[in-house]
Amino acid sequence: MITIESVSRTYGDFTAVDDVSFTAQPGRVTGFLGPNGAGKSTTMRIIVGLTQPTSGTATVAGRRYVDLPNPGLVVGVLLDASAQHTGRTGREILTIARRFMGLPRSRVEEMLALVSLTPQEASRRVRDYSLGMRQRLGIATALIGEPGVLILDEPANGLDPAGIRWMRGLLRDFADRGGTVLLSSHLLHEIEVIADDLVVIDNGRIVAQGAKSDLLRSAGSMLRALDRDVVAQALLDSGVTSTPVGTDGLLAHADTAKVGKIAFAAGAPLLELRPADGTGLEEMFLELTAQTQRDTTSDSQPEGAVA
Amino acid sequence: MTTLDTTPAPVARGTTGSVTTHRAIPMSRIITTELRKMFDTRSGFWLMASIGILALLASAAVIAFSSDAGMTYSAFATAIGYPITVVLPIIAILSVTSEWSQRSGLTTFTLVPDRSRVIAAKAVACVGVAIATILLAFAVGALGNVVGTTIAGIEPVWDLTVSNMATIVLANVLGLLVGFMLGVVIRSSAGAIVGYFVYSFLLPTLSVLLASSQAWFRDLQPWMDFKYAQGTLIDGTVTIQQWEHLGVASVIWLLFPLTVGLAVVVRAEVK
Repeated sequence: MITIESVSRTYGDFTAVDDVSFTAQPGRVTGFLGPNGAGKSTTMRIIVGLTQPTSGTATVAGRRYVDLPNPGLVVGVLLDASAQHTGRTGREILTIARRFMGLPRSRVEEMLALVSLTPQEASRRVRDYSLGMRQRLGIATALIGEPGVLILDEPANGLDPAGIRWMRGLLRDFADRGGTVLLSSHLLHEIEVIADDLVVIDNGRIVAQGAKSDLLRSAGSMLRALDRDVVAQALLDSGVTSTPVGTDGLLAHADTAKVGKIAFAAGAPLLELRPADGTGLEEMFLELTAQTQRDTTSDSQPEGAVA
Repeated sequence: MTTLDTTPAPVARGTTGSVTTHRAIPMSRIITTELRKMFDTRSGFWLMASIGILALLASAAVIAFSSDAGMTYSAFATAIGYPITVVLPIIAILSVTSEWSQRSGLTTFTLVPDRSRVIAAKAVACVGVAIATILLAFAVGALGNVVGTTIAGIEPVWDLTVSNMATIVLANVLGLLVGFMLGVVIRSSAGAIVGYFVYSFLLPTLSVLLASSQAWFRDLQPWMDFKYAQGTLIDGTVTIQQWEHLGVASVIWLLFPLTVGLAVVVRAEVK
């Protein structure tokens, strides 16, 4: 469990993280979303004690990170896979982590096998690794202490499609065993597939948080109609806003049952009606992160999603 | 918590863990790991190897070029010692600065969040390496002295006292600590190495110039000039007053900046 309470961090006049509070629960994958420079990485560095917050507290497993006696056994951290001494071999980097944590030698080879780095690859220097191999090595370093909490910043970067699927399975399995996963990414599809909970940050502030199913349910329905203007008007008469999509599509901010009833009552034939889950996260993300400076348009935000 | 459980558990057992049962990472483990990190890169390895190679070359040079009268143990020790006084501080600098310039500090300070313990462990490891290196140099020098005088067909001259050997060790440890301090203060490999040459060549020259032109500095120089104060250690006999000079100069040029650097490192953001 990761708990962040009212954490802020300022650099001179610039506020990188502004009164951020959220929790990442055991047994769940928490997706941490935001545009570049929104404060994701700063927040993660604050959690693991690499950056001091200006105010607020962050705890992992009930303690401040810096007070953990042997943090590697509690929290697996991967903030930047490229932040390694490029002159060391992959095996050596794992060995150093193993020694700091006081683990048996065998763990190194187990971890190499887990992340599918061959003995030959493990003997090469990290300078010669691709980004995907560095990510695998970083995952191995994070998992070697058998922690109950994982904090990963953009772990899917550089992984090939098979690698991304592998990572997804690994994190799902980790959470299903009761582990806590905090995962940042700007790959929305990845987050949508893997995350149970979402925290969306923009300009240093949390703009939405909650269970993915709750946040996306309110994202509405996608429909196509013979005459979408008629449907849009009928929806509006019932208090449901909608946005045109493509040539004949409409994204309505209500669930499919309600939209179907309204269209039926209006006698407007639909060509297609489905929950807008696929586009929902992207839509939600773009809406939320574009709106932090113009709160007047917040009426189109998903209900109950605004923190 | 069964952290030392060796059954292959490929993925975490996924508990939030009873943190209280974990023991703190012992200092000895941090020291030995930091020691390992000084050797486990190609640059680190060759830097250490260069000391051995230079020691052999220096011994060979003394044997080849020295006159019979000049072939003494102190001649060997001086020839071998010079490259060491240059290489040791660089080893100390890199052991600190690589955490920033290579960004491995992101992992190191995540696994050991108390940064002062990491820095202390590095200092202990560096001093250990320095002492071991100089003792090795003395051994190579002794070997060179025996081999050289045997080739020349003369009696070996052992003209270094044990106390002088001890002060030479101390001088090298101080030189290494200056490099270490600069690494902590500057936290950039290139910057710290430049800083070291400023410290060991530019400042002493300025000090000599100042002392020769300004009367008020002449009496202060022994107290203010770190290199000057260290020089007495190499020469051997150190008077009480020279120890005092060394102590004062060390506080000014080593302890004070190191303390400031440590205070910054502990708070600074690691990116």
